[in-house]
Amino acid sequence: MVETVIVPLIMIVTVLAAVLVTVMYIVLLERKVQAWVQVRLGPMRVGPHGVLQPIADVLKLFLKEDITPARADAGVFTAAPIIVLVPALIAFAVIPFAGGLSLFGLDIPGRIADVNVGLLYVISVAGIGIYGIMGGWSSNSKYPLLASLRSSAQLISYEIAVTMTLVTVIMLAGTLSMVGIVHAQLEQGWWFGFMQPVAFGIYFIGGLAETNRAPFDLPEAEQELVAGFHTEYSGMRFAFFFLAEYTNMIVVSAVATTLFLGGWLAPFPNVPWLSFLGYLPGWAWFMLKTFGFLYVFLWVRATFPRYRYDQLMRLGWKWLIPLAILNVVVTGLVKVLV
Amino acid sequence: MQTDTPRPMFDTDELVINMGPQHPSTHGVLRLILKLDGERVVDCDPVIGYLHRGIEKLSENRDYTQIVLLTDRMDYVAAATNNLGYVETVEKLYSIEVPRRAQYIRTILSELQRVASHLLWLGTHAADLGALTVLLFGLRERELILDLFEEYCGARLTYNSMRIGGQPWDVPPGWARKVLAFCDVQEQKLPEYEQLLTGNRIFLERTRDIGIVSAADAIAIGLCGPPLRASGVYRDVRKDEPYAAYGEMEFDVPLGTRGDTYDRYLVRLEEFRQSLRIIRQGMQGLPEGPIMGKVPRLIKPPAGETYHAIEAPKGELGYFVVSDGKSVSPYRFRVRPPSFCNLQALPQLVKGHLVADVIALIGTIDIVLGEVDR
Repeated sequence: MVETVIVPLIMIVTVLAAVLVTVMYIVLLERKVQAWVQVRLGPMRVGPHGVLQPIADVLKLFLKEDITPARADAGVFTAAPIIVLVPALIAFAVIPFAGGLSLFGLDIPGRIADVNVGLLYVISVAGIGIYGIMGGWSSNSKYPLLASLRSSAQLISYEIAVTMTLVTVIMLAGTLSMVGIVHAQLEQGWWFGFMQPVAFGIYFIGGLAETNRAPFDLPEAEQELVAGFHTEYSGMRFAFFFLAEYTNMIVVSAVATTLFLGGWLAPFPNVPWLSFLGYLPGWAWFMLKTFGFLYVFLWVRATFPRYRYDQLMRLGWKWLIPLAILNVVVTGLVKVLV
Repeated sequence: MQTDTPRPMFDTDELVINMGPQHPSTHGVLRLILKLDGERVVDCDPVIGYLHRGIEKLSENRDYTQIVLLTDRMDYVAAATNNLGYVETVEKLYSIEVPRRAQYIRTILSELQRVASHLLWLGTHAADLGALTVLLFGLRERELILDLFEEYCGARLTYNSMRIGGQPWDVPPGWARKVLAFCDVQEQKLPEYEQLLTGNRIFLERTRDIGIVSAADAIAIGLCGPPLRASGVYRDVRKDEPYAAYGEMEFDVPLGTRGDTYDRYLVRLEEFRQSLRIIRQGMQGLPEGPIMGKVPRLIKPPAGETYHAIEAPKGELGYFVVSDGKSVSPYRFRVRPPSFCNLQALPQLVKGHLVADVIALIGTIDIVLGEVDR
C-alpha cells in the first residue's frame, strides 16, 4: 500500500511542484542571464535582486481579463492551452532524477515510473503537445494563422531529426527504459554524449527548434508576428502557453541529461583525486547538468539573430535529417563490425 | 461568415495583412498593407501620415529663429543635423558669414549625431533580426553621446543646438577631452558589434542578397544616403558640396558593391569609423575665435528662394525656403526628408521576399516616421 500508492503520489506532487517552481524561476533566470549578457541588471524591484518577480508575474496574469475573440472557435480555443501544457508536464513521469534513496526505511525511487518504453513515451507525449498549435487556427486571426503554419511545419520536421538521434542512443543502450539508458552509460563507462557527439549536436539544435527557442523562435518572432500562435490569448490561458514553453525546455534538457550526459551519475568516477565529486547526491548532479544545458539555451538566445522560415526548413531537411540518418547507419555498422 | 458559392476544397487565396501602425517593428507608426502568397510578399503598400504634425505649414507662421526648434521634431533621433540643415539654408538665403569656430562645432555635433543615429539603427536593425543584445550594446554607447550633447546644450533628444549665424554656446570646458575619450571608447566597441553580426552565419543568411538595388535603380528611385552608397553610387553631400567645415576634413566615403542589406550594413559600419575620424580632426583642429557671426536683430531675408542640402545620417536632407522679403517668417517652407525618399524604395525591395525579410528591409532603409510625415 505504502510502496505502491503513497510513495508514487508523494513523488508526483514533489515533481510537479519542483517543475512548476523551476519554470517560474527559469523565466527569471532567462531575464537575468539576458540582462547580464546585455550589460543590464534585469528585474531588481520585486524582492532582493528581483527574486519575487515570478510571483508578481503570475499574480498579474491571474488578474488579467480572459478574452475569447468573438469569431474564434471557442471549444478549440479553450482546449488548446490545456493540450499544450498537460503533455509537457506528464513527460516528467519517466525521467529519472536520481538513482533512488531510502528515507524513513522506505525505498524511494528516483523517478515516478520506470516504463520499459520510457523514451518512446516521451517522444509520443511531446508529439501530442504539437496539437496545441490549433489555438492559433482557432483564434481566427491572421498573425496567429501565419505563426501556426510556421510552428507546425517546424515542429514536425525537427522532430524527425531529434527522433533519429534518439535511435542511436537506443542502439547503444539496447533499451528504451530511461533508467536502463543511464545504467548502460554507467556500465559502458562513457556518457553517450561523448560516444555520439554528432547525435548530441543534432539533438541540441533540434531541441532548440522544438521548443521554439532562438535562433529558431520564428513561430513567435515578435518582430514579425507580434507574439506567435498565442497572440490572441490573454490572462491565464496565455500563461498556460508560456508555462508549457518553459516546461518543454526543461523536458528537452532533462532528456538530454539522461540520454547524453549520464543522468544522475557523477562525472569521472574512476579518477581517484576527483572522487569527492561522488559525494554530491545524484539528484544534485541531475539538476546541475539540466541547468547547465538550460543555460546554453538562454545564452544562445542572447547571442544569435533569428533564422528565416525557409532557411530553417532547409537546415532541417537538407542537413540535420540526412546527417542524423547517416549517424544511425554508421552507429549500426560500428556496432556490427566492432 | 457568408459564402455565396461553395468554395473548392483546396483554393488558394492571397492573404492581406495589415502590418502596423501598431506593429512592434515598423519603427514608429508606419503601416504596410501586405499581400501575401503563403509567406511570400506579392505586394506592399506603405501608408504614411500617422505622425503628421504639419511642421512645414507651422513654419510658415513662425519667425525664422523659432523654426530651429521645429526642425528638432522631424528626425527626432538626429536633431542636430536637422538644425544644421535649416540654419545653413537661412544663412545661405541671407548671406550670413558664419565664424570658423562655429563651423567646426557644428561639424563635430553633426558627426556625433551621425554616430548616435547609426547606433540606434544598428541596434534596431539587429533586434528586428532577433539579435537583441546588439540593441542594448548600441544604446549603451548612444547614452554617452547623449551625455555629451546634454553637457553642450542641456538637452538629450531635441537639442535646438544651432542658431542662424553661429552657435549659441561655446564648447564647455573639458568637453573636448570627453569627446576624444568617447571616440576611443566607440572605436573599441565597434569590434564587439562586428563580432556578434559581421561574420555570423545566420546574420549573413538573413541579409546577403536580400533587397538588392542596382546602382541605376537606386538613382531612379531617388535613394539617398547609406542605401544609395551601398549600391555603389558615389554621392555624399559632405564631399560633393562641402558645407560647415567638411571641406577641411579628411575622410573616405565607403561604398558597397552589391547593394543588398548586408552591404548597407557594412557601409554604415564603416561610416562609424569615418565619423570618429572627422570628430577627432575637428576637435584637435578647433580654431579660436568668435562663435556667432554678425546677425541682425530681426531676421528678415531679402526676397528670394534657396535650396540647401546636407548629409544627414539617413541621407540627403534638403530645405527649400522662400522669402517674400517683407515677412519675418518664410513664405514657403519645404523639407526634402531622406527617410521619405528612401521609404519609396520599400515596395520594390520587399516584392518576392518573405515576411521576415520585410522587417529586415524596413530596418535597413533606416526610416524615422517623424521625418517621413513631418
